[in-house]
Amino acid sequence: MTQQLQPLPLKGLAPRGVAADSPARAVFMALGVMIMIGWALFAFDGGQFFGQSNIVGIQQRSAALGIVAVGQTLAILAGSLDLSVAFLMSLCSLVAAETMAQYGVLPAIGAVLLVSALTGLVNGFVITRLKVHAFIATLGVSLIIKGILEHRYDGPAGRVPESFQHLGYDRVGPVPVSALLWLAIAAAAWFLLRHTPLGHRIYAVGGSPEVARLSGVRTGRVVVATHVLCSLTAGAAGLLLAARLGAGAPTVGTDGGYDLESIAAVVLGGTALAGGKGGVAGTVGGVLLLAVLDSVFNQLEIDSFAKDVVRGVVLVAALAIYARRRRAQ
Amino acid sequence: MRRDLPLFGVLAVLLVAIAIANPLFLEPEGLLAFVKRAAPLAILAAGQYFVIVSGEFDLSVGSLVTAEVVIAARLIDGDSDATWPVVLLLLAFGALIGLVNGLATTVLKVPSFIVTLGMLLILSGAVFLWTGGSPRGALSEEFRQFGRGSLGPVPWSVLVLVAAVAAVITLMRSDFGRTLMAAGDNPLAAGLSGVRVLRVKTTAFVLSGLSAAVCAVLLGGFAGVSAKVGEGLEFQAITAVVLGGVVLGGGRGSAVAAIAGTFTLQALFTLLNLYGISGALEYTVQGLILVIAVALGNVRFPRRIRSSASTTA
Repeated sequence: MTQQLQPLPLKGLAPRGVAADSPARAVFMALGVMIMIGWALFAFDGGQFFGQSNIVGIQQRSAALGIVAVGQTLAILAGSLDLSVAFLMSLCSLVAAETMAQYGVLPAIGAVLLVSALTGLVNGFVITRLKVHAFIATLGVSLIIKGILEHRYDGPAGRVPESFQHLGYDRVGPVPVSALLWLAIAAAAWFLLRHTPLGHRIYAVGGSPEVARLSGVRTGRVVVATHVLCSLTAGAAGLLLAARLGAGAPTVGTDGGYDLESIAAVVLGGTALAGGKGGVAGTVGGVLLLAVLDSVFNQLEIDSFAKDVVRGVVLVAALAIYARRRRAQ
Repeated sequence: MRRDLPLFGVLAVLLVAIAIANPLFLEPEGLLAFVKRAAPLAILAAGQYFVIVSGEFDLSVGSLVTAEVVIAARLIDGDSDATWPVVLLLLAFGALIGLVNGLATTVLKVPSFIVTLGMLLILSGAVFLWTGGSPRGALSEEFRQFGRGSLGPVPWSVLVLVAAVAAVITLMRSDFGRTLMAAGDNPLAAGLSGVRVLRVKTTAFVLSGLSAAVCAVLLGGFAGVSAKVGEGLEFQAITAVVLGGVVLGGGRGSAVAAIAGTFTLQALFTLLNLYGISGALEYTVQGLILVIAVALGNVRFPRRIRSSASTTA
């Protein structure tokens, strides 16, 4: 409540927040180049890059990663990071499927949001109150979740009713519903960062926690808020995966490597790992870039492990280019 | 050193609890077996310590260990004559990967989190690409001696660990150690006062790569060849180092405590096993202990402020 009284020093930070999002341009340029390369390779291979199945495939594959990556962006912008999202996604897929089988869809969504928000609160409080480094705090929480998952489940559990599976497979024209969900979450996060006091505070805290604190920002609350939001997106992604699988699975999050992959996508999108610079638009570009790369590999039937090798190289190369640009400025 | 006392206290309590549950633990053989099991991770943690104290991360060590073991099996292929050349090659490969990590971090100015994450992807992808998921070849008996065999009553891996600890202590007391600590604490100030920050940090990554190679030799002998042998080791090593009171972000913490952190972790696993909390819930307990231990390490009791300020300033 008292926060309402002190937004003054932060007004000045808004334009900086806009300027700080400029790396997004680089990733969209790279995405454009990647799409052209993809188009050429597809044509060479006798496929159609802009064919409906490929376009839909790219969107569908990227939706779950995209949703978590948006949440991860918020945590990283505030100078934190969340390694627990992958296990949380698995947990949420199970909570969703088991609750749905027993009580129906709406209670299940409520349960997932509750579980994920609580996990975010725990992450946030361990980081801000117990002053544990975010890396260790979220690693610890993911170990805790991992233990619970392995103790309780041997394999897929629960069942998702047909009505909810629409979320995973339906589409409106060429746009899958899952991509719309991703778009909505990304737009909400973009609005939050650009047009709300909390968004400006996130940039301020990530840029310099000490300066933010001295200008009257309750830095702890901001970090906790970003972790709650980040966990909520992991919960939403867990719902999506459950809808797609028709059940909950204890390894669905970790098999997808969503923890490190979401951080990679955020950083690929130009958001600084140290916090304070970047934005959601870049993250969307980063996720799409990874998805286009994937679709090219699929078309050319390149071994899935070669994908990891190329991904690693792309990641390091992209960051090296960002670092050069930053020094040049 | 006084800062590390709580850790050694926890370790002592855990060891006593193990001894109560299993009196055989107090026999020399029991103790040596315990140290032997902890040795690979302890060596890996020592390497990770250099990187963390210089203010960086090395997430690639787990996949590097896997790559080393898979390469060793493929190249040795049961031929005992190949043992020593391959061991040398493994050390060189570890150092090379560390060098690449270090140069990408310092010269290209990419955050080490991303560099080593990229290296993790590259190495694990390359290993699977090369092996198709099931490693071929076999380690020679000579190679396996490091992990399994012993010299008289003392396992080789314990001797390797003792040598590694001695080397780490010597290194940290040398000029290199002091400049490394300074570079991690405040790279700008260190650079202005004449420390070659880039070189020192790169060396830290090379040492981490080397330690992963040594860890792989011990682990390959102990656990055998699989494409999963190094899985999750990077997080365990970081956990051990942080348990030892080394601060993420650099500049603070002792190497001996980091290695003691490994023993604490190992003692915890042993104890959980003895009391039947094995398998899945082990992770939950590990996570809880990790968070609680690090949180307790951050509590500054009024009397300790002065002493810790004077030792780390």
